[in-house]
Parts: sequence; C-alpha cells; structure tokens
Amino acid sequence: MNAMLDTPQTAANPVIAGRNLVKEFPVRSKGILRRKVGAVHAVSGVSLEIGANETLALVGESGCGKSTTARLLMNLITPTSGEVLYEGKDLTKLSRNQMRPIRRDIQLVFQDPMASLDPRMTVFEIIAEPLRVHGMFKNGGRDRVNSLIEIVGLNPEHRNRYPHEFSGGQRQRIGIARALALQPRVLMLDEPVSALDVSIQAGVINLLEDLQDELGLSYLFVSHDLSVVRHIADKVAVMYLGKIVEEGTTDQLFAGPAHPYTQALMSAIPLPDPRKERTRERIVLQGDVPSPSNPPSGCRFRTRCPLFKELPENDQRKCIEIEPLLRTDHDGLTRAACHFARKKQLV
Amino acid sequence: MSNISVSTSNGDSRAVGAKGDTVLSVKDLAVSFPTDDGLVHAVRGVSYELRRGQSLGIVGESGSGKSVTSMAIMGLLPKTAQITGSAKLEGDELLGLGDAELSRIRGKKISMIFQDPLTSLNPVYTVGFQLGEAIRTHYGDLSKQEVRTRCIDLLDSVGIPNPQQRVDAYPHELSGGMRQRVVIAIAMANNPDVIIADEPTTALDVTVQAQVLEALEKAREEVNAALILITHDLGVIAGHTDEVLVMYAGRPVEHGSVDEIFYEPRMPYTLGLIGSLPRMDESRDQRLTPIHGTPPSMLNLPVGCPFRPRCPMHQDICAEVEPGLLPINGSGHVAACHFSDQLEGKAPDEVFAPVATDLSVEAEVEAVEAEAAALHEEEDK
Repeated sequence: MNAMLDTPQTAANPVIAGRNLVKEFPVRSKGILRRKVGAVHAVSGVSLEIGANETLALVGESGCGKSTTARLLMNLITPTSGEVLYEGKDLTKLSRNQMRPIRRDIQLVFQDPMASLDPRMTVFEIIAEPLRVHGMFKNGGRDRVNSLIEIVGLNPEHRNRYPHEFSGGQRQRIGIARALALQPRVLMLDEPVSALDVSIQAGVINLLEDLQDELGLSYLFVSHDLSVVRHIADKVAVMYLGKIVEEGTTDQLFAGPAHPYTQALMSAIPLPDPRKERTRERIVLQGDVPSPSNPPSGCRFRTRCPLFKELPENDQRKCIEIEPLLRTDHDGLTRAACHFARKKQLV
Repeated sequence: MSNISVSTSNGDSRAVGAKGDTVLSVKDLAVSFPTDDGLVHAVRGVSYELRRGQSLGIVGESGSGKSVTSMAIMGLLPKTAQITGSAKLEGDELLGLGDAELSRIRGKKISMIFQDPLTSLNPVYTVGFQLGEAIRTHYGDLSKQEVRTRCIDLLDSVGIPNPQQRVDAYPHELSGGMRQRVVIAIAMANNPDVIIADEPTTALDVTVQAQVLEALEKAREEVNAALILITHDLGVIAGHTDEVLVMYAGRPVEHGSVDEIFYEPRMPYTLGLIGSLPRMDESRDQRLTPIHGTPPSMLNLPVGCPFRPRCPMHQDICAEVEPGLLPINGSGHVAACHFSDQLEGKAPDEVFAPVATDLSVEAEVEAVEAEAAALHEEEDK
C-alpha cells in the first residue's frame, strides 16, 4: 500500500537515506504506574535520501517533526519503525560500539550557538574535544584545530578565548568548526542561522556553501524559512504533522508548488520587496496545526486546507478517508501528497 | 474626538502622501543607562513624526536601540535611565510624566504589543478579564455586561473563532497565534491613536505570522491608529509600512518611504542589509553579500561614523566626523553618510564583497573598539 512512499526521489548514490521512518513518543499517565495513555506521532513514515555534495532542506513549522527526523537520521533516537541506511548498513540495528566510528561521519550543528558551547572551555578546547574523544588528537590534532579555526573564518589568535567573548555569528562558526573536526561526510544543520541577525546570517550561509564546495559535504538543512532554503538547498522536502507533503528539487518546488500547504507556506513568507508585496497573492491559512497526538484521519492537512473547503462533498470524503501518498501524476513537477494537487506559481 | 473609530474612506490608508495630522512627534530622543563600566548610550538622538493612519517601520539589528526608543516613549524604562529630548503625543509632552498621568494615556491613547504573548498576558486571569481590565481602567462607569459585550466584539474583530466561549479561556488554553491576537485586541480596546508593535510576530510560525499581521492591519484600519512596527524582518517591513527608519548604533541612519529604502538605499548599511537577505524570489546563483564585523559596543563608541569599521566605502573623513541625516532629494528621504551620492543606482554586490569571511574587517572593528576603549579610559583619568 505504501508503494509510492517506498520510492523517493533517487539520487545516484545516496550517502545517507531514511526509509519509512516512524517515531512515536509515548504519552504517560500521571502517578506511579505511568501507564501509556497515548502517543505523539512526531514522524509518521518519512523517507529521505541525501547524495554526496548535496543539500536537502527539510521545511516546516514548529512541531512538524523536522528536528526529530534529523535526529532519527543520526540515530540519536531510535525510531519506532523504519531504517536508516548509511554505507549499506542499517544504523538502527547497530550496537553502541558499532555506531561509534560512524558517529564521526555524521555531525550535528545546533540552532542556538550559546547553548551548545560549553562556557568554561576555550574555543581551542571546544574544537579539540571531538578529536580527543575519538583518540585522534595525539597525531596532529593541534594543527588540525588551528586550521579549522581559520577555515570557518575566525581569527587564530582568538583560540584561547571563551564563547562569551564572541558574537552570535562567530559562535555559530565555532559550532561548525567543531562539527567539521572529525572530517564528517554528512552535516545535520538544525536551524543553523535562525538565531542570527540578518547581516551575520548571510556570512554563515556563504560559509556553509563554501565548505560544501571544498569538502564535498552532504547537508540536511532543517529550517522554517523558505527564503534561506531557496538559497542553499538542492532538494526540498516540506513536512506537515510528521509527514512529507511535497518534495522536489529547489527549482521545481519554487517554480510551482502543487500541495496547498506548500503554497500557503510560500505565500506567507514576506518578500523584502514592497512593490511585489503589495500585489502578491496571499493564501492565509485559518486555525492552528492540530495536535500530533491525535492527527486528523486521511489527509492531515484537510482541517486547514483552503482547497478542501471548496471541494464538493464526494471529493471531501476522499480527503477524510484516504490518506494521500506522494505522487507525480499532477501538472506540477514535484511529488505532492494531495489528491487534488495542482501547480500554482507564487514567486 | 480621538476615541471615535473612524474607518478610512476607501481602506487604502497605505497610499503614501494622503495622511492626517501629526499624532506623535519625537525629537532628539536620547537614552543612556549608567552601568559599572560607564554610560551606555543606547539611543543617541532619534527624531520622527507620525501622522494619523500612517505606519512607520523601525528596523535594525539587535542592540541598535529600536526597542529602547519605544520603551522611552511609553515610559517603561527603569528609573535609572537618563532620557533627554521630547516625545509629544498630540502636542502633549510624554517624557517626564508621572506614573498616574502616564497610566491615563497608556492603553488609551498609545498602546503597545510585545513580542512574547505568553509573558505579556497574566496566566491566572481569563483573557476576558484582562481585556475588560484595559477598558475598565479608562471607562470605569461601564457596566459589567457592556464591558463583556465589548470584549466579545474585540475578540471577534481580531479573528478569534467562538469569541463567546474564548472570552472565558485562560491564556494557556490558547495557541501562540491566538494569544497574540488577544494582545492585539487589548491594544486596540480603547481606540488608541498610536499602536507600537515590538517584534509582534517574531515568536510565531510563518503561517500564523501571516494571520496575526492581517489581524493587526485590520485592527489598525478599524481604529485608524498610527502604527510603529519594530522588527528585524525586512520582509514584514516591506509589506506593512509606509515609511521606514533604519537604526544603527542607537541612531537613525536612514529614513524614507518604504520604496525609497528598498529600491534606492543611500546608506551603505541599508544596502548591505538588503544584500544579505536570502530571497525566495531569486534563484540560488545569487550570492549573498554579508556585512562583516559586528556592531560597535555602545559603551565607548568610536568617534566618527559608527558604521565605518564595517563599511567598504569608508574614507578618512569617516573616522573624524559622524555624518548627520542629510537630505537625498526633496521628498524627505534622508541618509547619514558622507558619500550617499556615490550609492545612487548601486547594487549590494557592487559595494560589499560576497565572501564568507573577511578577517580584515573583523580586525578593523576590534582595532577601533580598542582605540575607543583606550580613549575612554584616558577620559576617566
């Protein structure tokens, strides 16, 4: 039944791939017994592939499961079902010892650079820590750290300073240097620029682009901001309530999103261009995202869908009863999970 | 007169030019905070005029003084703050008023919307009570029933579904977007002349941001209030304001109509900001042009133009003289740059280098700061 879901867009040779990932967090009752009374369906059947030197952006609003998906791909949390493939191995089946060497290859950059750096360690020690942990500091670790400091655009003379002596953008660069220390192949970037001021954000985005070109890294770029995504990503997957509702290459998606949610998301992002802003079509969604502990039946977006409201009753029943799968047989170029997907040009 | 809600003639209150009389006039406003390390000059001379029905956007990076300016006008700063200059609401001075007098104005003639609705609402009272409180404070003679009806009307007008039931809900029972609508309803409860919205949508998701901005726009039109929209998001500014004030290091560095600021910026900082924005309507081949370095410390500002260390166009004069706001043309567009005429028709990538890092700029920022700190210490001696 999930035939469509099993065939995500094929990159020639994906570096890392998730297949039908499902993660449910139990909701427990109060008291001593803490019986399981329900589950939060954080991620419900997500399949992704990231190729070498490629950036896949995962876009969605808060609570849609995008960060959970990134952590599942890193095998930081065990999925309820599904598998993560890296170099032909299913990471979810590995023991902690087997997983350890692989951790080097998949690194994470956090959103808040202040919270993710130890305030009592110098920059040098922060960047050296992963090398020490993996026993790689002894041979040439010092030079490696110094060169990393330069690669991310920090002044090597500042290596003995503490995180609080740096600005937000510089701290994020420290976080990136630490993630690069073990020469990873995949970087999971969890909202890496959303805590930064615009003028600083641009520098970090440029740095990420340069690093990818030089080191051939693969990025999973988790973000809520479609304008940053358009700038940095090769492929985009839009998530809503734990499911991918639309995916495609960046050009395909921005040329004509076919899923009503992507369309609404795109039209809600303000453009820094007053003339376009005045004339552009705006799709304002009503209401809020439903609770992931009790998602709507059928299409999860139907409760807020502007298209659903205009459909005749027969078609509405289809949305309520049948869960739409990602499909390409509509007039757009993307894969959209909507029974009535129709391309719409918005930017 | 100001308390009667007048809807604008054709709803097109955004048309530039056709505006009413001045409601708020701020002149040479300066705010400093004494600290252990010395005086922090958070705001160093802000002047603007706001007309009825107009909306003014204030942009700037964190620490540029955009919020402090509005807090000073509202009288919300701590007693230790040293405030000079003037802020007149319909000709009456606001600065230096006592608490009792301010309370008569706040919430009635001028109201404020804060960033985080969960902290600006009281968790132990229902939204109806808090909304009613805003009305009863200024109109004590209304009956309970009248206040309740007005509350329900207000909740309805900001787009809250089932206002009859929601009026008895507590803030935690509402979603983030709903809470911010309640805050907007409180702000517009007494048909104020001026609404100050400080990052009203920063804490919200984009689709909810669109809803809340729409509600705010509608509320503003209904009471024909002037709006001051403080944000770091140039996209929000582009869609919701008539005029824009760009702030840097506690001072306005450029002021003009929204079109002038976005299409003909004449201050390198503004141009840099626009160039550093990733845009959804442009393909990824377009490289971003970041402004390297960091804003100066407000504790010991260097002499000359505060943007000089980060500015690729700077020359000798910039280190000596801080430029005032100079007119660009007759239309009221002003910019604080000695070389604003050189920016005519320039694209961001012609001025700023589209590279990831520039250590020379960082070094310069540090050198200037060290110099200013040394100067500061000398003065202390």
